[in-house]
Amino acid sequence: MKVKLEVNGEAHERDVEPRTLLVYFLREELGLTGTNVGCDTTSCGACTVLLDGESVKSCTVLAAQADGHSITTIEGLASGDELHPMQQAFREHHGLQCGYCTPGMVMAAVSLVKENPDLDEAAVREGLEGNLCRCTGYHNIVQAVLDAARSSREGAW
Amino acid sequence: MIPAPFDYVRVGSLDEAISALVEHGEDAKLLAGGHSLLPLMKLRLATPSVLIDIGPVRELSYVVDAGDHVAIGALTRHHDLHHDPVAVSQVPLLSMVAGKIGDPQVRHRGTIGGSLTHADPASDLPAAVLALGGTLVARGPAGERQIPADAFFSGFLESALAPDEVLTEIRVPKAVGGHAYQKFVRRAQDWAIVGSVVARVGDRVGVALVNMGPTPLRALAVEQALAEGASAAEAAERAAEGLEPPSDNNATAEFRRHLARVLTRRALAEAGV
Ligand SMILES: Cc1cc2nc3c(=O)[nH]c(=O)nc-3n(C[C@H](O)[C@H](O)[C@H](O)COP(=O)(O)OP(=O)(O)OC[C@H]3O[C@@H](n4cnc5c(N)ncnc54)[C@H](O)[C@@H]3O)c2cc1C
Ligand code: FES
Ligand code: FES
Repeated sequence: MKVKLEVNGEAHERDVEPRTLLVYFLREELGLTGTNVGCDTTSCGACTVLLDGESVKSCTVLAAQADGHSITTIEGLASGDELHPMQQAFREHHGLQCGYCTPGMVMAAVSLVKENPDLDEAAVREGLEGNLCRCTGYHNIVQAVLDAARSSREGAW
Repeated sequence: MIPAPFDYVRVGSLDEAISALVEHGEDAKLLAGGHSLLPLMKLRLATPSVLIDIGPVRELSYVVDAGDHVAIGALTRHHDLHHDPVAVSQVPLLSMVAGKIGDPQVRHRGTIGGSLTHADPASDLPAAVLALGGTLVARGPAGERQIPADAFFSGFLESALAPDEVLTEIRVPKAVGGHAYQKFVRRAQDWAIVGSVVARVGDRVGVALVNMGPTPLRALAVEQALAEGASAAEAAERAAEGLEPPSDNNATAEFRRHLARVLTRRALAEAGV
């Protein structure tokens, strides 16, 4: 079947099997390999992208369900060489080690802050409960998201 | 993990959805948020030959104040139910429970209609709708019918819907009084190992349990004890009466019975019963 998606601001049309999962559409059809597959069972959040601005686990959405909608992946966050404030905050706070969870973590955090930038530490921890990290122990991730939320409240993004 | 092949049909209205169900027969399945069905299909535990995607049927996504009750469209997502001002003010229990499901990504996709129809005994909203004494509205080729929540969960992952029926609306009485949901989990994001929901609707107290049997179910012995004037603590002792909870790697049946009693006691106290 034909699906037409807007991914990171660009329209893409492909002929795919109906059973094609969004994450494989992004990785294999479009070559956008920034979005990772961790568990493939909707548990880890590594595959998180934005669907019409909201975080979703792309291993559990059909490309067909995203037909006609807009997707943002980690590749679409920065503008040119300038990192998105959430990416910048992860960098400054060392919110990653191996980096495997990072694209999904950043996308989930962007969605969380966009919904409500008025977050305290508990709200960040709860808001990221769908994203697992095996390395960092979460502390620096939480600091990064709190920092980015602060900059969002101050109107930086 | 990739689902087995299927044909995909997208519909834009309720009428189209019913026609598609009639046309494609028993091997077809409706796809709402896909957050129960797609995981099953990826594991090849479900292999429908046709998926009818009702995601675009926006007419079925709403929460409205309908006088004596609140009406919720079957395609209302957990995220929207959690934040909806009518839900928050008129049935705060339901909006609170919706916010405890899975994680934000799951709540951005999953719908109340999918959750009820999937009828998983471990899920949260079915127990809340049972405790509230809700009514479900289904539409098929023969027209519309109303099904009391009590009669909806017919077996393990089985609902009372006919294969050609669509669940369209969930009606729950307004309930602004005391309420509580005690969800026992070991890790963030998890399903309840056991849960206990308490809703005060007028002078009735509804109590329902999560993961205490093959279906979402009401704690009838507790409700009856309360109606007969027992104290909350006495009533909670009867939470596991007559129930056959499962044993699995999270908990033995005996531990689940214990949890049901403790969580129900806490939920009753939190609800001010
Ligand atoms: C990681 C993860 C964690 C989760 N955690 C929880 C949790 O803690 N608590 C909880 O309660 N749930 C949890 N869920 C399940 C989640 O709430 C699902 O969204 C929900 O159970 C199903 O809703 P859906 O819209 O995704 O339905 P779908 O998966 O699209 O459909 C489920 C079933 O219902 C049928 N169906 C759907 N809509 C209708 C309709 N309107 N009429 C007739 N039939 C219909 C479908 O044909 C299918 O058989 C979790 C899911 C995941 C993936
Ligand atoms: S790969 Fe999608 S949630 Fe883990
Ligand atoms: S940085 Fe390695 S999994 Fe998170």
